[in-house]
Amino acid sequence: MPPTVGISVARTDGLDKATGATRYVDDLAPPGLLHGRTIRSTVPRGRVLGVHLDFDTAGFTIVDAHDVPGRNVVALIADDQPCLAADEVHHAEEPLLLLAHADRRRLAEAKVRIDYAPAPAVLDPALSDRVFKHLHIAKGDVAAGLAEADVVVEGEYRTGLQEQLYIEPQGVVAVPESGGISVFGSLQCPYYVQRALCVLLALPPEKVRVVQMETGGGFGGKEDYPSIVAGHAALLALKSGRPVKLVYDRAEDMAATTKRHPSIVRHRTGLARDGRLVAMDVEVLLDGGAYTTLSPVVLSRGCLHATGPYRCANVRVDGRVVGTNTPPNGAFRGFGAPQTLFAVEAHMDRLAEAVGLDPLTIRERNALRPGDTTTTGQVLGEDCSALDVLQAAAARTQFRERWARLRGTGRGLGLSLVFHGAGFTGSGEVKLASRATLALTPAGVQVRVASTEIGQGTRTMLAQIAAEALGVPFETVDVAPADTAIVPDSGPTVASRTCMIVGRIVERCAERMKATLAGRTPADYLAAHGDLVLTGQYERPPGLDWDEEHYRGAAYGCYGYACDVAEVAFDPDTYEVRPVAFTSVHEVGRAINPALVRGQIEGGTVQGLGFALLEEVVVAGGRMANAQMTNYVVPTTLDAPPIDVVILERPYPHGAFGAKGVGEMPMDGPAPAIVNAIRHLGIDVREVPATPERVMEALCGSR
Amino acid sequence: MRFTLNGREVGTTAHPMTRLLDVVREEFGLTGTKEGCGEGECGACTVLLDGLPVNACLVPVAHASGREVTTIEGLAAHALQRAFASEGGVQCGICTPGFVVAASTIPADATDDEVRERLAGNICRCTGYGGICRAVAAWRAGRPRTAPADAGSSATE
Amino acid sequence: MRAPVTSFELVRPASLQDALALMREGGLVPLAGCTDLYVLLNAGITPGQRFVDLWALDELRGIDVDRGVVRLGALSTYREVMSAPAVVGHLPMLVEASRVVGAEQIHNRGTLGGNIANGSPAGDTLPVLAALDATVVLASVDGERRVPFTSFYTGYRSSVRRGDELIAHIEVPIRAGRQWFRKVGTRAAQAISKVVMAAVRSDPPRIALGSVAPTVVRAWATERALAAGATLAEARHVLSGEIHPIDDIRSTAAYRHQVAGNLLERFWRDTESAR
Repeated sequence: MPPTVGISVARTDGLDKATGATRYVDDLAPPGLLHGRTIRSTVPRGRVLGVHLDFDTAGFTIVDAHDVPGRNVVALIADDQPCLAADEVHHAEEPLLLLAHADRRRLAEAKVRIDYAPAPAVLDPALSDRVFKHLHIAKGDVAAGLAEADVVVEGEYRTGLQEQLYIEPQGVVAVPESGGISVFGSLQCPYYVQRALCVLLALPPEKVRVVQMETGGGFGGKEDYPSIVAGHAALLALKSGRPVKLVYDRAEDMAATTKRHPSIVRHRTGLARDGRLVAMDVEVLLDGGAYTTLSPVVLSRGCLHATGPYRCANVRVDGRVVGTNTPPNGAFRGFGAPQTLFAVEAHMDRLAEAVGLDPLTIRERNALRPGDTTTTGQVLGEDCSALDVLQAAAARTQFRERWARLRGTGRGLGLSLVFHGAGFTGSGEVKLASRATLALTPAGVQVRVASTEIGQGTRTMLAQIAAEALGVPFETVDVAPADTAIVPDSGPTVASRTCMIVGRIVERCAERMKATLAGRTPADYLAAHGDLVLTGQYERPPGLDWDEEHYRGAAYGCYGYACDVAEVAFDPDTYEVRPVAFTSVHEVGRAINPALVRGQIEGGTVQGLGFALLEEVVVAGGRMANAQMTNYVVPTTLDAPPIDVVILERPYPHGAFGAKGVGEMPMDGPAPAIVNAIRHLGIDVREVPATPERVMEALCGSR
Repeated sequence: MRFTLNGREVGTTAHPMTRLLDVVREEFGLTGTKEGCGEGECGACTVLLDGLPVNACLVPVAHASGREVTTIEGLAAHALQRAFASEGGVQCGICTPGFVVAASTIPADATDDEVRERLAGNICRCTGYGGICRAVAAWRAGRPRTAPADAGSSATE
Repeated sequence: MRAPVTSFELVRPASLQDALALMREGGLVPLAGCTDLYVLLNAGITPGQRFVDLWALDELRGIDVDRGVVRLGALSTYREVMSAPAVVGHLPMLVEASRVVGAEQIHNRGTLGGNIANGSPAGDTLPVLAALDATVVLASVDGERRVPFTSFYTGYRSSVRRGDELIAHIEVPIRAGRQWFRKVGTRAAQAISKVVMAAVRSDPPRIALGSVAPTVVRAWATERALAAGATLAEARHVLSGEIHPIDDIRSTAAYRHQVAGNLLERFWRDTESAR
């Protein structure tokens, strides 16, 4: 059997997508459909005094908080977010009322007037006293380290809101059936939605079926938010007895749904004269928006990556994520790490300057090596490749020589070194207890997992793993739709875990199946013995211990490492910074499908360039003032340089065929690489997006 | 109003100011053309109107009257579609029909820079455009230089 | 689509004469390429309930040269403008401005007349037409009325166009002088201008800017200063008194002031050898 793992087999869904045959949520039109609409708060905080329906309500289904059969919450971590607000609103765009009607025109024209008693809104996280989570991580003695250091450098770095901007907006179709509900949605985590619906609707899981439709991009924006869309559609469907389609248009999606947490990160770093890191003292402040959602985990990941892929004996990371009266923030590729890695990597270049080293040398001196321990005391294995990616990127771009030569030429060269823990933090994977099922078919096997295809190539990659481990041709492997009626709970499609963790469960399950087949073909086995359905579950690799209380131990099963080099051109008339060349070296354990891995690196890098240079959410009065694609700008073909991608492999023994994660890491390096390239031009920018206005301010002192 | 839709003469009684996007999707069930923004920014709704790429979310169906409309379903662009599918030009797929329709009009002798400029009206959030440009390049490399780009003709495929 | 389009009325005249008669009756919003109008309608902003469709009026199409004047029909799309030999040959900065409006899909539908009628302060062709001393030809049942482009706008999105008039043609005289154009957008393509400048190195120079005031600005005083031999520093200072940029969701007044001055200097230096 020729190998498929490591081969860039063509993705299985490519042609249907290229011909327009693939169907997404808004392409569904079941008979008897009603369309749904969400009425939202127009004030960032206040009491609701009255809701007035200034329209003819004939033919309308109307739902408010009192119609919730179960608990009026979006079940996630803290359960503090109502599915529908009732007497109080805590952010602009908070959902209050739901309408449905068969006629979209009547639905759009329905006028709802809401009276509020507005209350003072907290919009600045630095002024908030509502702490969703506080974390304190310590190693060694940071005070002593700072006192002993030859040089101490301080700095504050900021990142803002970022909108995921999946090209397919949020949407769900909910269909009431025999005492329960079926939901067809654009989503990343069918079991998250199922759990949220069970709580909201007071229904048992057997009565709540969630089917992931082909999903036009997620990037984390469809991790938890679809539970709200599904809840709303389900409430309307159950009350009306009709199928309900609830699809957001772009303006609503941008204004109302979750975004990347803004950050303020402060560093105080002690260095020895030779550039060795002696003490790292970091403060992290994240803005969670109005409700907890996933903030504790975003803070956790942000803090665990806050000191970068460097060795340092004395570390303190103090992090808080706080509430403000803005739409709740949530998951976006990287999940806290892009924010804190931006800060530490921009800071590193200032550290280099302080001791007269170039950006490459200071990183060579401090990069983690196999056998080193992280901030939480995790000992890194042979797969630790920080130096490898750094040296590969430096050699490929002739970094040292060009960095010296380009000075003063109107071109800047910048470097960043990052790492990214794959899988859920700490004991998260143990708690998830993910499962995967394989069912033998006459031709081969069907893979049943809750992991979703959202563009990254899940179906193709898992089929390759199953085929190789079972010993059947790739073409004979079928991947079932992510339908809770068919697939077990494999955990959410987030945290760069789908290949490494779920793929590994599939791999081991396939090995068991292969052993059971004992050389027989699937058809022969089925004829002789009948069905063969095996389910595998996550097994924690040996040596992974995590102390949640003290934040010590193995924070992640393993880390991927990456190094980015950005070359920018500077226009002195307009202060525009244009990326003209970009090299990205990623070490990913094992590239199951190199073309798909390359696609993640290229796509994530361009999203990272948007984060670095273009993407700014303008907030006025607690709401997004530029909720149009005209005004919130993401990179076009002319904003994205070709990305030079290099993939390295240092297998992680407990990932599928040695794979680590790769979905998020490409988001971590571009912003600091760009800001460091801007620094190379002689301009000191400490905030992204590094818009021309900010660059001008840094250069001229006025914005 | 009568117009040619994917080579077939059709009629519609939709209100003349109904978006062409809604007419093709809802009245004719051609759901390959997508709505991503309603502002003419994302290009996911790109169709050909008399052979020229336009944003169907900004075209009243009255302007299709007597004209030729080609959607992704009617585009004879199999080689281009195969190139997208095999060269990494497709990830989540929601932008892909718009890109294929827009790319189908790019002449064979366009440079890489010109390709990027012609596709600047289509936004992809997944690929970073690398796979898309490689797909279009692979397609152009396989096309005869002397035949003009003709999305409706199968001779160039 | 948030606007209730099915409740609107669309009148479709077969000729310009019929259209002008309808305009004289009043209460109709003209529509052409719809690349501005439908963005508003999609967002639920309704400029009116009754619309008159100009798209079929071929009398408003065509680009030709006659006795040293390039005449462009109001319905000329950006695609037609960019590829017309008369424009390519004589008005290269109008080609450049058309290229940077939106992208491919907009080029095939958006019109020059629409850009003018929309009257956005950020309209990319407007500084070009101002710097080239274009003339707007307005048509009504009473005949034609010619208005210098630099007198066309009276304020934010307001013009001298009467409610019964349509923009029929734009006339651009062919004159000597190297043309210079620069748009500073929010990104490299499909961008709204933050600052846009069109200029001609003639004697005196002709300089116009967009996105720095409620309407397009012809920098008369700056032109006079440069013609009288002012230094670039002095000319920058004069320019800063002629523009009134604001902070908005895309940029800041300070940025626009600074960049406008930088572009002025760049224009002057770039065209130095073309005197």
